[in-house]
Amino acid sequence: MIVVVAEQQRGKLHRASWEVVAAAQELAGDQPVDAVVIGANPAEAASELSQAAVRAVHVIDSPLLEPYTPDAYTAALDQAIAELKPSHVLLPHTYRTRDFAPTLAARLNRGLVTDCVGIKPGDKPTFLRPTYQGKLIAEVAVEGDVPHFVSIQIGAYRGDSAKRGSTAAPINTVVVSLDASAIREKPEEPFQEAKQAVDLSQAERIVAVGRGIKAQEHIALAETLAKTLGAQLAASRPICDSGWLPMERQVGSSGQTVAPKLYVALGISGAIQHVVGMKGARTIVAINKDADAPIFEIADYGIVGDLFEIVPALIAELEKT
Amino acid sequence: MRIAVCIKQVPTREWQPRIDGTRRGVREQDASFEMNEPDAYALEEALCLREKHGGEVVVCTAGPARASQVLREALARGADRAIHVEDERLSSVDAFVVAGALADAVREEKLDLVLTGLQSDDQGAAQTGVILAERLGLPHATIVMDVQVQESSVRVKRELEGGWFQWVQMPLPALLTIQSGINQLRYATLKGIMAAKKKEIRKVVLAAPAAAPRVRVVSLDVPRKTKQTQMLTGSPSEAAKGLVRKLKDEARVLA
Ligand SMILES: Cc1cc2nc3c(=O)[nH]c(=O)nc-3n(C[C@H](O)[C@H](O)[C@H](O)COP(=O)(O)OP(=O)(O)OC[C@H]3O[C@@H](n4cnc5c(N)ncnc54)[C@H](O)[C@@H]3O)c2cc1C
Ligand SMILES: Nc1ncnc2c1ncn2[C@@H]1O[C@H](COP(=O)(O)O)[C@@H](O)[C@H]1O
Repeated sequence: MIVVVAEQQRGKLHRASWEVVAAAQELAGDQPVDAVVIGANPAEAASELSQAAVRAVHVIDSPLLEPYTPDAYTAALDQAIAELKPSHVLLPHTYRTRDFAPTLAARLNRGLVTDCVGIKPGDKPTFLRPTYQGKLIAEVAVEGDVPHFVSIQIGAYRGDSAKRGSTAAPINTVVVSLDASAIREKPEEPFQEAKQAVDLSQAERIVAVGRGIKAQEHIALAETLAKTLGAQLAASRPICDSGWLPMERQVGSSGQTVAPKLYVALGISGAIQHVVGMKGARTIVAINKDADAPIFEIADYGIVGDLFEIVPALIAELEKT
Repeated sequence: MRIAVCIKQVPTREWQPRIDGTRRGVREQDASFEMNEPDAYALEEALCLREKHGGEVVVCTAGPARASQVLREALARGADRAIHVEDERLSSVDAFVVAGALADAVREEKLDLVLTGLQSDDQGAAQTGVILAERLGLPHATIVMDVQVQESSVRVKRELEGGWFQWVQMPLPALLTIQSGINQLRYATLKGIMAAKKKEIRKVVLAAPAAAPRVRVVSLDVPRKTKQTQMLTGSPSEAAKGLVRKLKDEARVLA
């Protein structure tokens, strides 16, 4: 049996949970897939998930599971897994999974494959995951006793391709015992930094710079291109980490999500955490000196070359017209 | 306070990995190596905490002989001493084994805080720090963007998705996985490089690998393209001309 551990926040299911159901159905063959929903009163999320073609939805419900802490989640899932005895436990590769899944797998002395983008099902299934910043894909096998843990990269599977059931799946309760005094982490309320002055989500055109720009003084070159195109300037994370552009211009999983008509990526390699923030752009142009850069996998138009030669030529060409 | 920082040596980002004859590894002969980027931020954070609270910064790596270079660099940036779990096999094992080896190497150190990067630039497992916390019996927080040490606890700012954050408090000792951008990096000075020559790198030998790997690479491949990219070639001005024409006439995103 395969277990999907769904993610929810105050009853609202994280959309990646459906993607993990799709992955689990692909892995399962004719084995059953069960879902686990964990939280404080997560009934709403459980009922949404019961629409999936799963054998059952198991609810772990305790006030000690809200707010999220790795200690409470690990203790609760440890007990649920002991009861359900799955062969595989699949989770979305979210920040929360990153926080507790390695603890859970380590406590059970089991293997965990993170950031999986594909599955080769079978008696001894293997999993595909990016390595070397997405420049290579590794096919990996998990060794040792089951359950084996696998986290699925967000966006790698389509949530709408998950099979729905003809009737709602039964919803069970898994009773766990949690000890409040054993929860060492004390979280405060989540918050956003001061209101963002730049709203890139509305931009029609974006010129984004990455580490290929090399030095702060070269940002001006990208700025000129942006002006010529009537575009907003954006950046990959390392540019904002270095303080070359403000954080509010960062695109990606920890920055803004954008969907312009035109996205021009200058010297950006195309790491998944960047790509999730911009792959909704209608037309993507990549300028990169490395012909193998992952950004070319999603670009509509590409130029392989030195941006310090290409960008001035592009500005000159645009000014002609 | 005594702070350990786990640092991995990884190939430089510019390096294009080529798959070797076994198809399970890469040709390392032509690679040059550097400190994993978030680990550099973790080191900087440890040095800042030492400036504020006093104490000692111990840097640790698990890897082959070549990995001592990142320890030297960390010592030059200001770390006090280093531990190198040295074994050629450590360059091709999973996070489970590496975390076990690091745990054995630092268990007796009486640490107040252990810092790691949030993930490695090469394997990107995003697991080693969290498993290490479990092996040492420490509470942990991941993807940390600020650290405030109090009496016997630490309050950290965790990055959540999409621009959200959250403060979390936990008792010391604790383990934190540090996100890039938490601080501004300083680089080694000539004085630091000279001083590093006199600092200790303690070698720890693995008797037998602490544990059997749980995740094994079956084969490596290059990613498949999902989209048909039209490449514009020629001189920079020819490519630029071609691109502008495409954007106007085909994609219709320019007036
Ligand atoms: C939890 C987490 C969250 C993250 N969130 C984000 C996020 O929100 N946004 C984000 O962007 N990243 C994020 N990252 C970081 C991400 O993984 C990558 O490290 C980052 O996107 C890489 O930025 P880059 O492409 O600019 O740099 P690199 O990966 O270093 O790429 C630089 C590129 O420039 C090219 N280049 C170099 N010189 C030239 C030249 N002269 N001409 C043309 N091309 C050149 C190189 O070939 C290379 O492809 C996150 C990471 C983690 C782990
Ligand atoms: N071999 C190693 N030696 C020292 N630290 C390591 C090693 N491997 C991983 N780490 C630490 O664990 C973090 C996460 O690595 P990973 O689990 O490979 O993504 C890194 O940022 C390092 O701080």
